[in-house]
Amino acid sequence: MSFLAIARATLAKDVRLEWRSKDAINAMLFFSLLVVVIFSFAFDPTAEESRRIAGGLVWVAFLFAAIVALNQTWARELRNQVLDAYRVSPAPATPLFIAKALGNFLFVGVLEVLMTPLFVMFYKLRPLGLGWELVPVALLGTWALVVNGTFFAAMSLRTRAREIMLPLLLFPLSIPALLGMVNATTAILTGEESPAFWIALLVAYDVVFTTACLLLFETVLEAE
Amino acid sequence: MKRGFTILGIVTALLLSIALYTALAWAPTEQTMGHVQRIFYYHVSSAWTAFLLFSLNFISSIVYLVKRNEKADIFALVSAEVGLVFCTVVLVTGPIWAKPVWGIWWDPADIRLNSTLALWLIYISYLILRRFSTSSRIGVIAAVWGIFGALDVPFVFFSIWFFRTQHPSPVIAKGGSLDPKMWIAVLINWAAFMCLAWLVCWTRYRLEVAQREVHEAEAMQSLMEGAR
Repeated sequence: MSFLAIARATLAKDVRLEWRSKDAINAMLFFSLLVVVIFSFAFDPTAEESRRIAGGLVWVAFLFAAIVALNQTWARELRNQVLDAYRVSPAPATPLFIAKALGNFLFVGVLEVLMTPLFVMFYKLRPLGLGWELVPVALLGTWALVVNGTFFAAMSLRTRAREIMLPLLLFPLSIPALLGMVNATTAILTGEESPAFWIALLVAYDVVFTTACLLLFETVLEAE
Repeated sequence: MKRGFTILGIVTALLLSIALYTALAWAPTEQTMGHVQRIFYYHVSSAWTAFLLFSLNFISSIVYLVKRNEKADIFALVSAEVGLVFCTVVLVTGPIWAKPVWGIWWDPADIRLNSTLALWLIYISYLILRRFSTSSRIGVIAAVWGIFGALDVPFVFFSIWFFRTQHPSPVIAKGGSLDPKMWIAVLINWAAFMCLAWLVCWTRYRLEVAQREVHEAEAMQSLMEGAR
C-alpha cells in the first residue's frame, strides 16, 4: 500500500469511529462549555477587559479539552493488539502518525468552530484588529498542540497513570506555542499591535516540531 | 578509578572552602547593593553548571539514539537529575536576591527568569517520564524527550524575547564593569561547583550502574528458578 493509502485508511477509520461513538467530541465540548461558563461566572468582565483575557482563556480551554482526544488516540489501538499488528506489518510508521495527527486536528478543529460563537457571546467579544487573522492563528496553534500531543501520547503509552502523563509532557513543551497563540489572539482582539511576530513564531514552531515528530516517530513506535 | 574519585573529592572540598571564603569575605562589597550581591557568586555558578549539564543531557540523548550505548543513557539520566538540582538553586537564589534589589520576588514578564523556569519544568517532565515508565526501552523514549526538550529551548527564548528584562546581563557579557576580584571569585566558585557537579554525577552514575546490575541479576535469578 502506498503512503497516501495507509494514511487515508487510518484517518477514515478514526473519523468513522468518532462519528459513531462521538466520545471525544462530546467530552471536549462539554468540558470547554464548563470552562466558558465557570470563568464567566468568576470574572464577569467588561468588553474591554475580556479582550485582554479572552485569548488566554480560549486557548487554555482548548488545550485542556484537546487532551481528551489526544489521550484516546493510541489507547484505542492497544485493545486487540492493533498497534503490535501494525508494528509487524511492512507499512511505514510515518503515514500512521500523520493520519492520527490529522484526525486529532480535525476533532479539535470541530470543537473550536462550535465553541467560538459561545465564547463570543459570553465574553462580548468584538475584535478591534483584523478578525480574519484569527483563522491562521487557530490553524497554526491547533496544529502545534495536536502534532506534539499525538507524539507524546504515543510516548506515554507504556507508563503508569498514562492519562495524566500526557499533560505533564505536553504542557511544558507547549509553553512557547501557547504564548504565541495567546499573544497573537490578544493582539488581534485589542488591535493594538500586529500579530505578525507571533504568527511567524507559530510557523517556525510547527515546522520544527512536525519535522522532529516525523523523524523520530518510528523510533518511538518501535520502543513503545 | 577509586583513586580518581578520592582525589576529586578532596579537590572539590578544597575548592568549595576557598570559594566560600572568596565569595563571602575576599571579594569586595558591591557599592549599591551591599552584601546581598554576594549571592551572585552562587547564582551565576549554579546557572552555568545547570546549563552545561542540560546540554550534556542533549548530547547523551543523541548519542544514545544513534549508538544505543547504555552508558550514554545512564549519563543522560544523571546529567538531567544533577542539572535540575543546580537549576533549582538558581531559581531559589534569584528571588532571594531580587526581593531586596528589585523589590519583588519574581518578575513574571522577564525573559531570563521565564526561560530558566521553562527549562526547569521540561527536565522535571523528563524525570517524571522516566520514573513513571513501565517500558523496558524507556531509554529510547527518554532520549527522544530530551531532544524535544532541547528543541524547545530556543522557542521559549524567542517567545519571551521582546519582553523587557531587568535581569543584569551586561555584568558578565561586557565584562568591563565587574571588579577583577569579583571575576576571580565567580570563576573560583564556578570551578568549585563544576567539581561538585562532577563528583555528584560520578556517584550517581555508579549507583545507577549498580542498580541496573542488581535488577539484571534479580531477573536472571527468577528466570533460573522458573526453569528449575
